[in-house]
Amino acid sequence: MSSRLTTTLHALQTQGKKAMGIFLTSGFPHPSVTNLLLDAVDRGGTDFIELGMPHSDPLAEGVPIQHSSTCALQAGVTMQDTLNAVIAFRKHSDTPLLLMGYINPILRFGVEEFCRQAADAGVDGFIIPDLPPLESAPLRAHAQEKGLDLVFLVAPNTPAERMKEIDRISNGFVYCVSITGLTGTGITERMEAINTYLKHARQLITSNPLLVGFGIQTRKDAQRLSKHTDGFIVGSAVIKQIEQLWARPDLSLTERGRLLTQFVHSLK
Amino acid sequence: MNLNYNAPDENGRFGPYGGAFVPEVLIPELRAVQAAFEQFWPDAEFQNQYLHLLKTYVGRPTALTFAERLSEELGAGRIFLKREDLCHTGAHKINNTIGQILLARRMGKTRIIAETGAGQHGVATATVAARFGLQCVVYMGAEDMKRQALNVARMQLLGAEVRPATSGSQTLKDATNEAIRDWVSNPSDTFYIIGSVVGPHPYPMMVRTFHQVIGEEVQLQVKDKTGKNFPDVLIACVGGGSNAIGMFYPFINHPEVKMFGVEAAGEGLDEQHAATLSKGSMGVLHGAMSYLLQDHEGQISLAHSISAGLDYPGVGPEHSWLMDLGRVTYLAETDEAALRGVILLSKTEGIIPALETAHAIAALEKIVPKVASDSVIVVNCSGRGDKDMQTIMDHL
Repeated sequence: MSSRLTTTLHALQTQGKKAMGIFLTSGFPHPSVTNLLLDAVDRGGTDFIELGMPHSDPLAEGVPIQHSSTCALQAGVTMQDTLNAVIAFRKHSDTPLLLMGYINPILRFGVEEFCRQAADAGVDGFIIPDLPPLESAPLRAHAQEKGLDLVFLVAPNTPAERMKEIDRISNGFVYCVSITGLTGTGITERMEAINTYLKHARQLITSNPLLVGFGIQTRKDAQRLSKHTDGFIVGSAVIKQIEQLWARPDLSLTERGRLLTQFVHSLK
Repeated sequence: MNLNYNAPDENGRFGPYGGAFVPEVLIPELRAVQAAFEQFWPDAEFQNQYLHLLKTYVGRPTALTFAERLSEELGAGRIFLKREDLCHTGAHKINNTIGQILLARRMGKTRIIAETGAGQHGVATATVAARFGLQCVVYMGAEDMKRQALNVARMQLLGAEVRPATSGSQTLKDATNEAIRDWVSNPSDTFYIIGSVVGPHPYPMMVRTFHQVIGEEVQLQVKDKTGKNFPDVLIACVGGGSNAIGMFYPFINHPEVKMFGVEAAGEGLDEQHAATLSKGSMGVLHGAMSYLLQDHEGQISLAHSISAGLDYPGVGPEHSWLMDLGRVTYLAETDEAALRGVILLSKTEGIIPALETAHAIAALEKIVPKVASDSVIVVNCSGRGDKDMQTIMDHL
């Protein structure tokens, strides 16, 4: 049975369109607006959503997402809040939604219980940047049992054989990290090297859609990096946008949501 | 009974602990470090260079000092101190930084990064980077930079750049996050010198190997001084746990040697503390599965200890395994007990220990009454207390 995510990505491939994924940090800037933000990016035309579960020690994140995680945790967001936000979102949207996060809060929740509750909430899969294939067996087994996709990542320094192996075990898509660096790192001056690497990855990754992320800030970035991939993911730029909108006291919540919808729309 | 202890396995697992929970970018780098370690460590030329530096630069072998008045004071046993405080830079840390920088050079790396809490590992790293003329960046919590200004100045004098970690609690945990983020961003030219038996595989195994010289010397020195083949009791403080593993490891398969690791109980085990093994639970921090201090949501808690070197919410995965196996007994001593330990060793032996080491000294009062009165007890005197004088004066 193919998942909601796979169906969406394949439909886009068939139409010759690129997929867009938008990242949000659950609970940022406040747990009370997570659903407003989910709806805003959904209206902006995102093809799927990556909802970040904040962690105190997010190793792969640059400053914007680190900061958003700290704020969300200070505001008291919990794993249960994140699952509840998905339950509420699923009442009116079928847009695929993945949870992104670090392995320790999931271990603490209990891997089996987490997969069960995530599946019941309407989550479609997971992206766990600190869980490489060798350490992933327990989560893979429980995710598979619940029909949840587990997306693995490849990086510019991943050897060819390993890229093929990651393609074999990944579900949903393979996440191609654009640079050896953190989320939100500048990519403009490295465009050529990145495209060479993406072309190489495309040849090796054949059983899954290939999506690129890290450092994409504008529609132009997205278009340039999607040349050899099936789509792209925008994270830090969205978080920065939210930060700017929430720093403006002149805007109402509705206006902030509308402006975020516009920003997301402008990316594709 | 022989444990036939041979952890870690090929995936860096000590029982259920260890492993490598890191972003994909670091997987090829960790494999390259492991391959280099396995290639060069057995190499005769590497060994010669490492041992030569330990002898002529670090000042090894360090003495095993009979603590006559301390033994009398505590009323039983013969207590010996393994004098790692006499190492160049004032603590055991440099055994490891020498080993790792030699490896970095063999791998053709030009840039060294490190994390530091109190600054001892940072100083030991800046020292060897200066010795070999490599660029060095040390991450240190902004809060720790204030508390340990003297060590910041030492690192800068040695030519290192000290970068403040301003995220989270601004202490060792966050400095380690920043160092890992730097490595993720600069994998090709940079070697990360981790300062304890923590982090992803192969670091816990590799750092243990570079420190096992401590235990190897203890074995020879005990034989020489007492005629016994093995000491009866070993005691060491445990933050990440490198000085303890270094002393324990050569004796692990000799069950007649009793071992005690001493964690920091801070203000008390029901208050703020850094007693990861005594009070923590299993989880992943800084790339390894181990015990750690965390809340019910799996967020990492802040540790507290008067000793910046033990002020860490994690612990080396091998210690978690040795505790589960029952091979090492772990105790915890409070800030107050550690201060008493500083005074005790200073007044009886004329040796001012580091606050970290003082936790091991403090534990003697609990351990000595429980062992046979003719026991040979070796305490790892892991560092000297000069760096802690300000803290000590503030509290006395």
